[in-house]
Amino acid sequence: MYEGAIQDLIDELGQLPGIGPKSAQRLAFHILSADPADVHRLAGALNRVKELVRFCNLCFNVAESDTCRICRDPRRGTEVICVVEEPKDVVAIEKTGEFRGRYHVLGGAINPLEGIGPDQLRVRELLTRLRDGEVKELILATDPNTEGEATATYLALLIKPMGLSVTRLASGLPVGGDLEYADEITLGRAFEGRRAL
Amino acid sequence: MAQGYRSRLFRDDGVVLRVQRLGESDRIITLLTRRTGRIRAVARGVRRTSSKFGARLEPFGHVELQIAEGRAGLHTVAQAEAVELYAGRITQDYPSYTAASAVAETAERLTPVESEPALRLFQLTLGALRALAVREHAPPLVLDAYFLRAMTTAGWAPALTECAVCATPGPHRAFSVPSGGSVCPACQPPGAARPAPATLGLMAALTSGDWKRADASDVGIRREASGLVAAHLQWHLERALRSLPLVDRTMKE
Repeated sequence: MYEGAIQDLIDELGQLPGIGPKSAQRLAFHILSADPADVHRLAGALNRVKELVRFCNLCFNVAESDTCRICRDPRRGTEVICVVEEPKDVVAIEKTGEFRGRYHVLGGAINPLEGIGPDQLRVRELLTRLRDGEVKELILATDPNTEGEATATYLALLIKPMGLSVTRLASGLPVGGDLEYADEITLGRAFEGRRAL
Repeated sequence: MAQGYRSRLFRDDGVVLRVQRLGESDRIITLLTRRTGRIRAVARGVRRTSSKFGARLEPFGHVELQIAEGRAGLHTVAQAEAVELYAGRITQDYPSYTAASAVAETAERLTPVESEPALRLFQLTLGALRALAVREHAPPLVLDAYFLRAMTTAGWAPALTECAVCATPGPHRAFSVPSGGSVCPACQPPGAARPAPATLGLMAALTSGDWKRADASDVGIRREASGLVAAHLQWHLERALRSLPLVDRTMKE
């Protein structure tokens, strides 16, 4: 146990995910020995992120104004919406450079074991966005795990009757892996989604 | 020979009940195993696309495992082979997914002590997940059958054919959760429910596995039976199941 400010800093850092008491202590002493300008920059960044960052009114991605950079961009198509679980998924898809439409961030996936149902996600807001008839295709890009698949199934069931094209990201074998190590579900999906050469 | 720093390895097969994120790319997997009961084990790197585990450690899967015994009840998954992975089929049907989640939560709650064998509950859980995957019966019926049989293994089976208080042979019209099931007019406490006779009949059919009778039951009777079964289960668990309000009973009956 240390005294005063240094112990306060260790306690605060220890609240962060994945940071145990030892790591918190290491980070605190690193900050203590760092250049004061660097520490001020870090403190400023922490303050600004809480003051400036909010959720986009349209897609619920992180933004610094009412709408995010993607929703404000007039070059982005409005006919296709890609539905993702978290803002970090938007970044992952943007890095591919393959998608030029807009996004909708659900804020998680349906997980009854954690008490998260459709009402805890931004499903109602998605339906509101689809009502104006401008959107022609909805790409369901929720995580390819049990919760993500179930969320996609639920959304497809809800949205297909609206007459939209509902698609799901393909899944299959990872590039660079060996076939013998693929699990049965992944290999099965790869067979389903095989393509002609 | 001394084992040195090496952990003791053991093999078992189990059903994945729950997964929780841990750190950058790991997960804590809660399993109900055939011989060791409920255990928790860390699956290192499982969230990476290059993970050797792939989808084998997703919820509702039946897997053969090699486990490195850890301290404080937290083990590590060394190897996992699929026996049958039900998640793919279960997630294609939303009511089946919500029912499977309630099955998994119930199995976890009925095994409060880790590493205590619960073979009958393991077999029931596996059977319920298989039934939901193959969609032989309506998911709410499979769920209610699971609840009733799981309560039977825990010693909380509701009395359906005799009075729960004085054992007078029935059938009786009143049903009281605090009393333990159907009750005769003499033992009936204030506020007891008065379900339709067919409702108690459906509950008995689900407990005994009379699927012909259960499948033929009408929607209203199923709803009433579900309400009584859920109330009975949660009374004994003393704490509400988080997944139960999210079980989709409306889309398909």
